[in-house]
Amino acid sequence: MHARRLGGLSLILLVCAALYMTLGARGGWDFILPFRGAKLAALILVAVAVATATVLFQTITYNQILTPSIMGFDALYILVLTLAVYVLGGQTVARLPQMSQFLLTSTLLLGASLLLFGTLLAQRRQDLMRMILTGVIFGVLFRSLTSFLQRMIDPNEYSVIQVSSYARFSRMETELLGIAALLTIAALAATWAMRHRLDVLALGREAAINLGEHPKRGMLQALVVISVLVSVSTALVGPVAFLGLLVVSLARLITPTARHAVLLPSAALVSAITLVGGQTLLERVFALSTPLSVIVDLVGGAVFLILLLRGSGR
Amino acid sequence: MSMRLAVFAALAALIALSILSLFVGVISRTDLSWELLWVSRAPRVLAVLITGSALAVSGALMQMLVRNRFVEPMTVGTGQGAALGILLVVLFAPEAPVLAKMGLSALCALGTSLGFLAIVRHLPPTQPLLVPLVGLVYGGIIGAGVTFVAYQADLLQFIDIWMSGEFSGVLQGRYELLWLAAGVAALTYLAADQFSIVGMGRVASINLGLNYAQVVLLGLVAVSVVTALTVVTVGMIPFVGLVVPNIISRLFGDNLRATLPLTALFGAALVLICDILGRLLRYPFEIPVGTVFGVVGTVIFLWLLYAPARHAR
Repeated sequence: MHARRLGGLSLILLVCAALYMTLGARGGWDFILPFRGAKLAALILVAVAVATATVLFQTITYNQILTPSIMGFDALYILVLTLAVYVLGGQTVARLPQMSQFLLTSTLLLGASLLLFGTLLAQRRQDLMRMILTGVIFGVLFRSLTSFLQRMIDPNEYSVIQVSSYARFSRMETELLGIAALLTIAALAATWAMRHRLDVLALGREAAINLGEHPKRGMLQALVVISVLVSVSTALVGPVAFLGLLVVSLARLITPTARHAVLLPSAALVSAITLVGGQTLLERVFALSTPLSVIVDLVGGAVFLILLLRGSGR
Repeated sequence: MSMRLAVFAALAALIALSILSLFVGVISRTDLSWELLWVSRAPRVLAVLITGSALAVSGALMQMLVRNRFVEPMTVGTGQGAALGILLVVLFAPEAPVLAKMGLSALCALGTSLGFLAIVRHLPPTQPLLVPLVGLVYGGIIGAGVTFVAYQADLLQFIDIWMSGEFSGVLQGRYELLWLAAGVAALTYLAADQFSIVGMGRVASINLGLNYAQVVLLGLVAVSVVTALTVVTVGMIPFVGLVVPNIISRLFGDNLRATLPLTALFGAALVLICDILGRLLRYPFEIPVGTVFGVVGTVIFLWLLYAPARHAR
C-alpha cells in the first residue's frame, strides 16, 4: 500500500516540477531551463532537508508536535552566523570558502544545540508543554539577540547576514547550491543508513536499550545530522517556522506508519510537492507577491494549533 | 520587604531613573536647552512611563481574566489584532482621524482577545502551560495574516513600525494618545477587587455575587484599549505584561488592589531601564526598546518557568 502511495506522490511531484519549469515561460529555453532549474533544485533541496530534519527530531524527542524550527533551531543558526560576523568581522566570514563557512556555522550550531537541547531533552521526567514553551521562548530570545547584535554590526557587514534572516523562496542563494547539495546528500545518506536504528529509537528509551540500541548515541548522531540540514536549509531560504510540522503531519496521514524507511521518503515528497507546487501556484497562477513562507506559516500554524488542541483532549 | 517600603523604593528609583533619562541623548549636557527637554526628552520619559505601567497593568488584568500566569496581551493575539485593525484602516479609510483609527484598532484587538478567550475555555485545566503556548501560536497566526495583507498592499515597512516598539519617534504632539491609555489603566484600579475575584474562577465569582460575564468583558475592553493605544503610538513591546505581574505576584500575592500600583511602578521602571540601555549601548545610535526587552524579558520568563515558586507572603 505504502509503495503505491509513494509512487503517486512522486508522480504528483513530477507534474508540479514540470509545471514549475514550463508554465508562463517567455523567452529562450536555453535561458529558462538553467535559470528555473537551479531554483527548482534549491526548492527540492530545502524541502527534503526540512522534512528529514523534522522526522529525525520528532523521533529523538518521541513526539509528533516538535520540530527543529519550533524549538528555535533556525533562529539559533542565524544567531550563530551573526555572532561569527560580529566577532570575526563580516569580511573574514564572507571571504571564507563556502565549505568552511558552512562547516563553521554547522559546528557552532551543533555545539550550541547540544548544550541547550541536549540538556533539555535528556531530562528524565519530561514535561512536554514546558519543553515546547521553552523552545518557543528560546526562539524569541535568539531572534531578539540577533536583532540586537545586528544593530551593533557595521551596516556594510550586515549584508552577509541579511540573506539568511528572512525566509524567501523566489530569490534563493543559488551560488550555494553545489555545496548545499553535497552536504544534504551526505546527511541524507547518513539518515538512510540509520533508518532501522531510528525505528528502534522511536520505541522509547527503555525499549531501545532492551533491543541493544544506545539512545544517547543515537540522539547525538541525529542531532549532528539535524544541525547540518538546518544550516543548509536556513542558508538557502532562511527560517520557515511551520513547514516541517505541516509536511510531516501530512505525510503521517498519507502513509500512516512508524517505519522510517517509508516515512522519510514520504515526508520528503510531500514537502517537495508543497514547496514546488505552492511556489508554482503562487508565482505563476495567482501572481501573488506574498512569499510562500507566509502562507506556509499561516496554514502550518493552524495545523499546530489543531494538533495541540487534539493532543491535549486525549 | 514590606509592601509599603517596596512602593516607596520603586517610586524613588523611578524618579531617579526619569531624571537620568532626561539627560541621556546625543546632545550633550552642556548644550541642553529647555526647548529640547520640553519637546523631546520629557515627552519621551512620559511615554515610556505610561507605556510601561499601562502594559504591566493590562498584563496583570489579562492573567486574571484568563486565569493563567503565562499570558499577556502582546503575545496572545491582542497586540496582533490591534495591528490588524490599524492596517485595515490604512487600507480602506486612510483619511480617517487618529481617534477613529485607534477605535477600530481597539475593536479588532477586542475581537481577537475574545477569540483567544473562547479557545482557552476549551482547554483542559490540567495543562496550564498549554494556554500560553496556544496563545503564542494564535498570536503568530494573526501576525502572519497581518504580514500577508501588508505584503499584498506593499505596506510591510509600515507594519514594522507597529510590530516593534520604539520610543525614538516620540515628540511633543505625537504621543498624547498615550494619556488615554494611562487613564484607562488607572480606571481599572476602581474595579481591582472585582478583577481579583474573577481570577478565582467563574463559580467562585458568581457565588460572591459578581456579574462574571460583565466584569470579564469590561476587563477585556480595558486591555484592548490600552494595547491598541500602545501599538498605535509606540508599537508592540512584548513580555512587559508577562514578567512584571509575575514577579510582583511572586513577591506580594494576588490581591490586585494592593499590588496593582506596585505592578505599574515596576513596569514603568523596567521599561525605562531598557530604554536608557537601548540609548547607551550603541551610543550615538539607538537599539529599539522592544529588542532590548525581548532579551531581558525572555531571560526573566525562562527563570519564571524553571525557578520553583515560593509562596507569596
